[in-house]
Amino acid sequence: MKAVETGIVLKNKKLAENIYDLRIRLPKIAPMAVCGQFVEVYPDNGANLLSRPISICEINENTIRLVFQVVGKGTKIFSELKEGDSIRVLGPCGNGYPLPKEKAEKPQKFLLAGGGIGVPPLLETAKQLKKTGDVEVFLGFRNGSFLVEDFARLGVKVHIATDDGSVGFMGNGVGLMESLDAKGDAIYSCGPKIMLKFLAKFGEARGIKTYVSMEERMACGIGACVGCVLKIKSGEGYENKKVCKDGPVFDSSEVIWE
Amino acid sequence: MIDTRVKIAGIEFKNPVTTASGTFGSGREFSDFVDLNRLGAVTVKGVANKPWLGNDAPRIAEVYGGMLNSVGLQNPGVEWFIKEDIPFLRQFDTKIIVNVCGHTIDEYTECVRMLQEADIDLLELNISCPNVKEGGMAFGTDCKMIEKVVSAVKKEAKQPLIVKMSPNVTDITETSKAAEVAGADALSMINTLTGMKIDIYKRKPVLANKIGGMSGPAVKPVAVRMVWQTAKAVKIPIIGMGGIMCAEDAIEFIMAGATMISVGTANFINPTATTDIVTGIEEFMEKNGINSLDEIRGIV
Repeated sequence: MKAVETGIVLKNKKLAENIYDLRIRLPKIAPMAVCGQFVEVYPDNGANLLSRPISICEINENTIRLVFQVVGKGTKIFSELKEGDSIRVLGPCGNGYPLPKEKAEKPQKFLLAGGGIGVPPLLETAKQLKKTGDVEVFLGFRNGSFLVEDFARLGVKVHIATDDGSVGFMGNGVGLMESLDAKGDAIYSCGPKIMLKFLAKFGEARGIKTYVSMEERMACGIGACVGCVLKIKSGEGYENKKVCKDGPVFDSSEVIWE
Repeated sequence: MIDTRVKIAGIEFKNPVTTASGTFGSGREFSDFVDLNRLGAVTVKGVANKPWLGNDAPRIAEVYGGMLNSVGLQNPGVEWFIKEDIPFLRQFDTKIIVNVCGHTIDEYTECVRMLQEADIDLLELNISCPNVKEGGMAFGTDCKMIEKVVSAVKKEAKQPLIVKMSPNVTDITETSKAAEVAGADALSMINTLTGMKIDIYKRKPVLANKIGGMSGPAVKPVAVRMVWQTAKAVKIPIIGMGGIMCAEDAIEFIMAGATMISVGTANFINPTATTDIVTGIEEFMEKNGINSLDEIRGIV
């Protein structure tokens, strides 16, 4: 089930350059949401008509936390929201990350890899995965960082990489995982396509199941417009799957990396 | 007592509201938000004789007051549609309009033949979608081609045939008359206007297909004008569409001469747009003492 509702902004805070932390009271959507899903947020300014897909960073009872980057006119509007403002939201959209149903007999180790604005959805994911195993998080940023404290507070091991070396390892998140020879039972990831492509190779080389959360331009978020397609292996060729409905999480071995 | 019922080709609809093909999936995608029983008809996403892969992504771009799309009519094929979507839609008290696309006349006729025994109410022939490189453009913009494809399809069609007109023509009344002469039972208009958006930082088109079809409220005045001109030029009913966002927009189309109206891009902006418009039309009729839409159709 999905719902569309007008939520009340509880808090909106700048976390880093162009990165905002928005908490919205969404009593219909929040209880249905799971980690790895996203919501569609409407700018409702009369000119920018389409909703913006934003990953869910955290779910708390009736509240959803969105950590997003300002990339255009729509997200600029969201960055200016203040406590008490209302905002129209549709969700929850897509399939979340597949989670283990119960604790395995052998202790499980989950590797979480996030790049840039792909980091936020891993927070709720880390919270959930912690219930069934050990979680180790690898976060890559261009420069500076955000949400690191939130991961640390969960009591999971956090490693940081920055392109300019200003914080942690100098290089990208996948390079950091290679340098530490990270081992685990599954990888949960979200980030730029190029990062996920290298991560898929990393997982494949080590025989680790790798889940990637993808993005693409979309109009509706519910599978109707068929705008947000991704090439998925099918027989000898490929088929176009919808990121919004069939994803956004895919098994990296099914994706045709271009 | 208001009566919202309308008729096209002898088929009665409970109200004049349907969905624009390609914006409402098969209805299933919207069933969390919309009571499909409230709609006059559901017009489903275009189907072809065989599955189509569609274009590469990006397929969507936002423009001021609207959007561009170049989906390329990705669809799982008519067999899948008959098996999966018709049984779903038949659970609801609404009419089913099936949009049919093709690259060649043979593909159109084969698809329509495969739908002969299907439990559907009307066919809508997509001869105008501008994002199909191999023919969509040519069929819908040339009177002779329109006559050829419409008459070929009409011979095979077991259900009434709506022809969806392209706005990317010099004179919409000429192409519409060609469709009427060839046997169309109704016309739907307008399909999207061809458009383009350039990413000035990447110095290339935003859409992988370079050009796409523009829709949304920004195109509405063009659509109203075309419906108005065509309603005076043909005798068959018109399903009006193009940027309808609310009931007031829908009433404009009816006053321009449309019998029914389709809600398209608005579904992406407000998932309950269709039923909001049904309610809005009823309220407009009540407030303005209109008993039947016949009283205002083509009044302008």
